[in-house]
Amino acid sequence: MSKYSEILFRPVFKENPIALQMLGICSALAVTSKLYPTLIMCVALTVTVSLSNFFISMIRNITPSNIRIIVQMTIISSLVILVDQALKAYDYETSKTLSVFVGLIITNCIVMGRAEAFAMQNPPGVSFLDGFGNGLGYSVILIILGIIRELFGSGTILEYEIFPLVQNGGWYVPNNFFLLPPVSFILIGLIIWALRAWQKDQIEEPEFKMSQNSPELVPNPPPTTSSKVAS
Amino acid sequence: MSQINKDSTLNITFVGVGLCLLCSAIISFIAIQLRSVQENNVVLDMQKKIVSSAGLEEFYGSVENAMSNIKTIIIDLDKGEIVDISPDSYELAKELREDGKYKFLSAEEDIASIKKREKYSKIYIEYKDNKINTLILPVRGYGLWGILYGYLAIEGDFNTVAGLEFYEHKETPGLGAEIDNPKWKALWKGKKIYQENGNVSLKVIKGSVQKTSSNYNYEIDGLSGATLTCNGVSNLIAYWMGNDGFLNFINNLQKIDV
Repeated sequence: MSKYSEILFRPVFKENPIALQMLGICSALAVTSKLYPTLIMCVALTVTVSLSNFFISMIRNITPSNIRIIVQMTIISSLVILVDQALKAYDYETSKTLSVFVGLIITNCIVMGRAEAFAMQNPPGVSFLDGFGNGLGYSVILIILGIIRELFGSGTILEYEIFPLVQNGGWYVPNNFFLLPPVSFILIGLIIWALRAWQKDQIEEPEFKMSQNSPELVPNPPPTTSSKVAS
Repeated sequence: MSQINKDSTLNITFVGVGLCLLCSAIISFIAIQLRSVQENNVVLDMQKKIVSSAGLEEFYGSVENAMSNIKTIIIDLDKGEIVDISPDSYELAKELREDGKYKFLSAEEDIASIKKREKYSKIYIEYKDNKINTLILPVRGYGLWGILYGYLAIEGDFNTVAGLEFYEHKETPGLGAEIDNPKWKALWKGKKIYQENGNVSLKVIKGSVQKTSSNYNYEIDGLSGATLTCNGVSNLIAYWMGNDGFLNFINNLQKIDV
């Protein structure tokens, strides 16, 4: 049992797809300026990645390795189209806000990454759990971004006014910077910092290290050395 | 399962073709199932904008109720007459593509910077007690980043604004996009369009309107940080309420009964 909860919850904090694997950043920048569309996006991605993992794992034993990427893409894109169609039918307002980004789940590296890394080697049940867990990991980061950006960018959460706005006679001047995509970069950076301060094993080995100053390279060597050489 | 050679040409063909057929069948089936719901959504969304531009939602209780009291007609903008064309198949984007159904505007004419103006326009009339209560007119004009598309609702005297609602624009959130702010939209209700001499005077000014101003009825508070968007709104009002826009039709309405 603990194995399953491990598969489900490991991607949330320990191996978060956004914070550790740096996948799916594109949509994390684009759709998080308001919380409600963010939530819908999270649901859309979680459904897609869980089901795509499930179906890809189901046919993994008959999938020819030459065309496995094409097979995965076909399944993923079919699911994304279904999600997109359903959204257009049942939540038209949000589908207008999310516009192209639901379609772009196809190219979201999390979906493809989990299919290739997990679903191709594991049975359907656990693959589904793994997909769902990764969806949750993605959602956690997006929801944090969505809350922060909507609160400071518009003074609201889920369109409910938290900070009374100047336009409506309150005191809060909305910070438009928070409505722009780059702020997500900064926030994701801060989240990664916080996460690595807590989970120390996520810190990567630095690729380069500054070497110690060696005495030969020190300009103007100390006079004691030079006097020795002279003598 | 392990007996079959999954990398054989036969299996590659089988899996490839089979998967494609299966996926396309499922997608087509779902898409067809959902199509009517989706088309309905698009229509409803537009109706909602039309009804809310005139502020009729509260009066009628629901969009459907309001729409049942609203008649959709097609008019010829140059002649100002109603033409007998079915409004169902009318689409602005299509009109602006078909030769002979639009005209290019010269620089002097084109106050709202829309380049092309359609020959026929689809408008909405709300009747109350068999009299025209509201006229809902489609308007558009260039703002800062793109064309603002909206509906201007005018009361039965053909001079008082009932409301203004934009359904599509690309203005900056928090600045130009404040044209969607309900508080700002509420300022439009009750303002007058035409001065005694027939000129269009309604416009968005810089800063806020003084209660004592002689033009109080013709001015709307500007949105701070959105001067260009506000100018765009003023321009589109001037254009569509003028001779090139709906003025001919409004003049005809006053003469005849529709």
